[in-house]
Amino acid sequence: MSPVDVFTSALTSLASNKLRASLTLLGIVIGITAVIVLISLGRGVQASITSQFEGLGANLITVTPGSTEGGFGAFFGEGGDVNTLTLSDSEALLDPVAAPSVAAVAPTIDTWARVVYGNQNDGAQVLGVTHAYKDVRNYTVATGEFISDIHVRDGATVTVLGASISESLFGLRNPVGQTVKLNGRPFTIIGVLEKQEGSFFGFLDQNLMVPLTTANDRLVGNRTSTGEIPVNTINVQAASVDAIDSAEQEIASILRLRHRITGTDDFTITAQKDAIEAINDATGVFVVFLGSIAAISLLVGGIGIMNIMFVTVTERTREIGIRKAMGAKRRDVLFQFLTEASLLSFGGGLVGFALGSAISLAINGQSLGDGVTLDISIGWDITALAVLVSVGIGLFFGIYPAMRAARLHPIEALRYE
Amino acid sequence: MIELEDITKIYQMGEVEVGALQGVSLTVQEGEMTAIMGSSGSGKSTLMNVIGCLDAPTSGRYVLDGEDVGSLPDNRLAEIRSRQIGFVFQTYNLLPRLTARANVELPLVYGRGSNRRRRAMEALEQVGLEDRANHKPAELSGGQQQRVGIARALVKQPRILLADEPTGNLDSKSSEDIMALLKTLNEEHGLTVVIVTHEPDIAVQTNRVVSMLDGRIIGDSETQAYMVRSRGLES
Repeated sequence: MSPVDVFTSALTSLASNKLRASLTLLGIVIGITAVIVLISLGRGVQASITSQFEGLGANLITVTPGSTEGGFGAFFGEGGDVNTLTLSDSEALLDPVAAPSVAAVAPTIDTWARVVYGNQNDGAQVLGVTHAYKDVRNYTVATGEFISDIHVRDGATVTVLGASISESLFGLRNPVGQTVKLNGRPFTIIGVLEKQEGSFFGFLDQNLMVPLTTANDRLVGNRTSTGEIPVNTINVQAASVDAIDSAEQEIASILRLRHRITGTDDFTITAQKDAIEAINDATGVFVVFLGSIAAISLLVGGIGIMNIMFVTVTERTREIGIRKAMGAKRRDVLFQFLTEASLLSFGGGLVGFALGSAISLAINGQSLGDGVTLDISIGWDITALAVLVSVGIGLFFGIYPAMRAARLHPIEALRYE
Repeated sequence: MIELEDITKIYQMGEVEVGALQGVSLTVQEGEMTAIMGSSGSGKSTLMNVIGCLDAPTSGRYVLDGEDVGSLPDNRLAEIRSRQIGFVFQTYNLLPRLTARANVELPLVYGRGSNRRRRAMEALEQVGLEDRANHKPAELSGGQQQRVGIARALVKQPRILLADEPTGNLDSKSSEDIMALLKTLNEEHGLTVVIVTHEPDIAVQTNRVVSMLDGRIIGDSETQAYMVRSRGLES
C-alpha cells in the first residue's frame, strides 16, 4: 500500500464520521493550546523579570564587604556590617592599567535617616553616592541635577529624591530648591529621579541620595581603624558584556593586593549576569512546571484518541477482514489505523498551535501591574514541540489499537457482525 | 493447481476441540469449475478458507500451484491471496463508503500495479457494470453488488476464483445471471472456479461436485454422475 493510498484512505474514513473526528481532535487542540499558552506565559514572565534586572544597569558587578566563603556569614548579614571596603579601594579599581575591563566605579554608603519636611516625618533609606552612580545604575534625572563630583568633594548638604518619596512629600509640586531635614540637618533638594522601569525594584524610588562624603560625615560618622571612609557597596560597570569575567578577576586581584589577602577574601564579587542566571534557573523550573500541568490535558486528549481508535477498529472489523482477504498485510492495516490516529492528533496539534499562538499574542504586552508588561514570543522551539508532540501522541496512543487491528484473523474479522 | 492432502483443521472451542476438517484430500485441476456441496457445519466453508489461504490447516499438506503453502507465515499468505486468489462472498462484502470502482480497485491497492482506474473499469466491463462505476453499493441491487464483488475478484487476474455461496442472498433471476457469468469466466477465460454452496441447483451447473459431511469428503464425481445419483436418491 503506497503512502498516498494510506493517506487518502485515512482521510476518507475520518471524513466519514466528522463529528467524532472533531470531538477527538478537540482533546488534542485543548492540550496543545494549553501547553503553548502556559509555556509562552511562563517565558513571558521570565523575560520580564530578566529585563527588570537588566534595567538596573548594563554589565553591572557589585562588590560587597565580607566573604560568603566557608560559612553562613553572608547569610546572616555579617557581610554588610564589616568595614572591609573603603572609598580608596573603590578609587583603586579605576586603574586603567590594572583594571582595563572596568569602565566606571560607583561606591555607595547605605544608611537610614529620619526625613522631615514640614509636618511630614518618615524614615527612609539614604544612599551616599558619587556622580558615577547615576550612569552605572541607569538612573535618569527628571528635574534638577544629579550629585556632582564637586558636591562629593565639598561634602555639600544636597540631596536628590527618588520619584516616590518626592511624590509623597511634595505631591505634584517641584521640590527642587526646597529643604528637607535628614536626622535633623537641613539638605537642599537639587534634583528628582525618573521613576524606575518596572515594579520589582520600585522600592528604589523610595530612596534619597546624598554625596558619599556627606553621608559619611553627617549621617554615619564612621571611620575604619586606618581613618578611611568605609563603603557598603562598590558598583562596577564592566566595559562590555564580554569584559565582565575579566573585570571580576581584575577587581579581585586589586583588592587582594590592597588588603594583603593570602587566604579567604574579605569581599564578595557578584556579577549581575550571575544573578540573572540564577533567576532564570528558578523561573525555568516554573516554566517547566506550567508546561507539565498543561501536558496532563494533552495526555487526556491522547487517551481520547486511543479510545476512539479502539471503537473504530471494532466497528470496522469486517472491513479489516475484507481488506485482508484482498491481500492486505498486517503492516498495511497497521499503517492505515496508525495514520488515522496521527492525522487526528496532528490536525489537533495544528489547530492547537494556531489557537495557542493567537491567545499568546493576545495577552502579549498585557500589564502585570506596576508597569511590568508580559513579553511573549512564540519561538521555533515551541512550534517544533507542538508539532512533534502532537504527532508523537498520535503514534503513541494509536499504536495499540492499530496493532489490535493488524492482528485480527481474516476469517474471524470477516465473520464479525 | 490445488492439491490438498490429508488436511485437518481443529478449532478450540473453550474446552472442546472441534474437528472442522478431518482428513480431507482433494485435487483441483486448472480450468475446472468445481462445487463443494454440504449442509452447514459440514466443513465446506472451512475448506474454502484453507484453499483461499485465509486460514492455515492444523495438519496436512497444501500445495497451491506447485508451492507448499501449508506452513507459510501470515505475510506470505497475504501475498498469495493478493496474487493468486479472487474471493466472492455471499454477503458481497463491499466497503459501503467506496464507489463500485473504488471497491474494485481495492485489491490493486495492496500490491504493485499501475493504471488502477483503467484496470478497475475493465473488470467492471467484464461483469457489465461499467455504467454503475460511480455508484455506492447501497445504490445497487443485490445482483449488481455481487457483480461488483466478482469484478473485484477478477481485477488482479487471479488463477483461482473462490466463491462462498455467491448466490445465497440473491433471487433466482440474479442467481442465474451470476452463475452464467461465472461459467463464462471459466469457459472463456480458463479461470479455475471453486464454488461453495448448499444448493443442488447451483452445484449442478458446475463440472464437478464434491460433497462433504462432518468434515469429510463423502462424494466426488462428475456433475452428470452426481445428478444420476441424486435422482436415484429422490426416487
